[in-house]
Amino acid sequence: MGTKDQTRSLPRGLRLVAVAGAAALTLTAGLATPLDPAPRQARAADDGKKVLTVAVAQSVDSLSPFLAVRLLSTSIHRLMYEYLTNYDPKDNHAIPGLATKWEPSPDKLTWTYTIRSNSKWSDGKQATAEDAAWTFNKMMTDSGAATANGSYVGNFKKVTAPSPTKLVIELKKPQATMTALDVPIVPKHVWEKVSDFSEFNNDKSFPVVGNGPFVLTGYKADSYVRLKANKSFWRGSPKFDELVFRYYKDQDAAVSALRKGEVSFVAGSPSLTPAQAASLEGAENIKVNDAPGRRFYALATNPGAKAKNGEKFGDGHPSLLDQRVRNALFKAVDRKAIIDKVFQGHAVEGEGYIPPRFSQYFWKPSGSQKLTYDPAEAARMLDQAGYEKNGDGKRVGKDGKPISYRVLCHATDPNDKAVGKYLQEWWGKLGIGVQLNCLDNVTDPWLAGKYDLAFDGWSVNPDPDFVLSIHTCGALPATPKDTGATDNFICDKKYDELYAQQLAEYDPAKRADIVKQMESRLYDLGYMNVMAYPNAVEAYRTDQIKSITTMPAKAGNIYGQDGYWSWWSAVPAQSSGSSDTASSTGVVLGIVGGVVVLAGLGVFAAMRRRSTAEDRE
Amino acid sequence: MTADATPALVEERKPAAGPRARRRSAYPRYLAGKVAGAAVSLLAVLVTSFFLFRLIPGDPVKTMTGGRQVSAEQLAAYREEFGLDLPLWRQFTDYCGKALTGDFGTSYQFRAPVVDKITEALPNTLLLTGTAFVLYTALGIFLGTRSAWRRGGLGDRINTGLALTLYSIPSFWLGLLLIIVLSVGIGPLPGMFPTGGMESGGKEGFAYVLDVAHHLVLPVVTLVAVEYGQTLLVTRSALLDEMGSDYLTTARAKGLRDDLVRRRHAVPNALLPTVTLIFINLGRTVAGVILVETVFSWPGLGGLFYQALSVPDLPLVQGLFFVFAAAVIVMNTLADLVYPLLDPRVAR
Repeated sequence: MGTKDQTRSLPRGLRLVAVAGAAALTLTAGLATPLDPAPRQARAADDGKKVLTVAVAQSVDSLSPFLAVRLLSTSIHRLMYEYLTNYDPKDNHAIPGLATKWEPSPDKLTWTYTIRSNSKWSDGKQATAEDAAWTFNKMMTDSGAATANGSYVGNFKKVTAPSPTKLVIELKKPQATMTALDVPIVPKHVWEKVSDFSEFNNDKSFPVVGNGPFVLTGYKADSYVRLKANKSFWRGSPKFDELVFRYYKDQDAAVSALRKGEVSFVAGSPSLTPAQAASLEGAENIKVNDAPGRRFYALATNPGAKAKNGEKFGDGHPSLLDQRVRNALFKAVDRKAIIDKVFQGHAVEGEGYIPPRFSQYFWKPSGSQKLTYDPAEAARMLDQAGYEKNGDGKRVGKDGKPISYRVLCHATDPNDKAVGKYLQEWWGKLGIGVQLNCLDNVTDPWLAGKYDLAFDGWSVNPDPDFVLSIHTCGALPATPKDTGATDNFICDKKYDELYAQQLAEYDPAKRADIVKQMESRLYDLGYMNVMAYPNAVEAYRTDQIKSITTMPAKAGNIYGQDGYWSWWSAVPAQSSGSSDTASSTGVVLGIVGGVVVLAGLGVFAAMRRRSTAEDRE
Repeated sequence: MTADATPALVEERKPAAGPRARRRSAYPRYLAGKVAGAAVSLLAVLVTSFFLFRLIPGDPVKTMTGGRQVSAEQLAAYREEFGLDLPLWRQFTDYCGKALTGDFGTSYQFRAPVVDKITEALPNTLLLTGTAFVLYTALGIFLGTRSAWRRGGLGDRINTGLALTLYSIPSFWLGLLLIIVLSVGIGPLPGMFPTGGMESGGKEGFAYVLDVAHHLVLPVVTLVAVEYGQTLLVTRSALLDEMGSDYLTTARAKGLRDDLVRRRHAVPNALLPTVTLIFINLGRTVAGVILVETVFSWPGLGGLFYQALSVPDLPLVQGLFFVFAAAVIVMNTLADLVYPLLDPRVAR
């Protein structure tokens, strides 16, 4: 029997190993706690460095500035590399970056930039005009290098660097956006060794040579991005020694991390939900920054998708080609209710195309022009347009069928779904059906023009050229088989004329005036109905960040700024004791837990031995 | 002698041609059949993974570049770069040819070889789901046998009740609850574990191992809590089926202690369904657990698959789908190969 016991002891052994494994895991965790109290990590690393930790969710698509298009990646490039110009955090006007000054020629076709002589690459070499010229030329000649920012050099004829401090860009036609070239300038002596720009992701060798306020020192996909302060940055070194972007794929977990102090800042994607903001409002050492956002939230109408060659495609509802119908639909949208009920106050009622934080370009309709909420008037407008109700109370189209619009919505955006429900109610009262098509991937039906209306939204840059350009006829796809830069297939001759005028206008005030005329035209056309300007709702720990620059300075956002102001300006707070107390209690509990598990393991082993002894007897 | 010897030899060979020999000769055939079946399944997965995801409407290059100003020439260049300009049959043969050499192409969104992205995330997933697998399997079998042996008792009722309750709890909800209670801390209970991620970053050597272990605890606890119930219930049910058998009565009649009857006689004979479950779960460990990986921001294959599908990043989706399916097929085949060792009748 005893012999048999020995031969049969393997399964028990395995079980013991498994239980021991569990115990070891718990014990390791308990041991790890005192060695690595997380709240301390967020404020100061083990070596006493001040670390600013930011919670992010978006994956890095590439760390090559020639390939990256996502917000997180491009924001990191803002920190790693200087651009020719930057935006003033107070009011967004163009200010010196790598270039100290710039000047257009009288014929408006040549821009000369003076490159600063006090900017050095992190490997000690001088940053010169030659680096900038090489960067632009590479984008102009290599399709791989044009992947992300090719549109910026589309109008460039020639780029030269006559001296280390002089950069000359010759244009094919005048372009007012020459002080808003958001292109990271890279060091030629490093990047000229890259053989294939379409595949080089710049994420294998660290530190990465740059001349921005931070130097990239480490990256692990979907784990962290680590940057250290560039002590020789020409504008002055950042106050934090390190900046770490840490991944929280779940926004509630990110909020928990902020509460605990594991991260210093959380922004959500793009904003914290009203419930999350409310839960953080009264929390100790946490400040919620509920700032006017840079986005607009709109309802886009399919204007009858077509290509540049005139070929029509898609299947937008023909009734929407009537401006009276589009305007009537918008008059039946209660924007105040959307702000109050859906955004729960964390947004501003939408009017013109560009959000009010860009005061230079902000436009709103005059009293008579404004499409105020008036369902009765909306019904009358539809009657006048010839879309009257049938016996069942449904409005019918020219084909005699009841009108029911397919509204494209983002499955991942709760706001789309909530507003969609309201549209069903409001437009239902008008006798119009609404079918919500909420998809993970709205791009395909959108590009194919297979929708009637769609929830739309863009972040607007200080220079509005991009969001204006996506409604020009030139942005349409060449043929239905191609992709254009168009957002919504809008093509209007008058709008295009104004767009060309503003692009050639180098006087800021005159240009702003033309931009406002464009917004007015867009409003009247009714293809883009801006319902709201959602706020940027974000939060940070005041016991870790003493102060930080918002953009605009008076009331603005922190994450995703046009520039590096927030992280460059952030000042570390003095350590507070509360988290230390919590962590030391955690240490005690961790040790107690470990001891309990060890004791349990001992009792278990003793019992096994006793039973074996009994068997032998 | 010669004449006599022949019958004697035949006589001697007879027992060798009996059940043992048949079993010996049956196993290779059984093995070959299972391996061939697995190979056919893998081939079917390869074909399916190519055509299935091409049923998703739309043009991946347009989706990839949507919202950006991309010239027709650039679009054409992308199509050529990713081989999308070729006829479907050429794309298919290229895909199969490369896949057989382990090349699943280049990810559209990350501009990196699919194999690199998978090998980057695979160890993370295996660490998480593998650790959880070992623990929930051991716990499930241990508690399952105890429960069955003392069926109807208080312990059994508590065990099965708790297992069923935890099994029906959504893993992401339990994960968030654990974060709030054990990570952030509630009342006098301080936060002891990180809220997410796999590491704090910047650590090396033993400190790194401790750091990862620290991050591992809550996601593993979540997975174990949700998953052990299944093993427990299957083990319990299989053991209950065995418990009325005569051989157990015989064993008891021989005077064996109850504990030994359970461990040496009942459990080994009741293990077959549990072994099936173990291998299926082992196959699933590769696929990761999307919800748990998301809640705990674990950089594994589950999250990668979600990102790939949302583009859709066809090469990455195909590569991951193949790896997931292959893991399950390989593990099921291994289970098939192990059965005859546990119960020789299976191979006959």
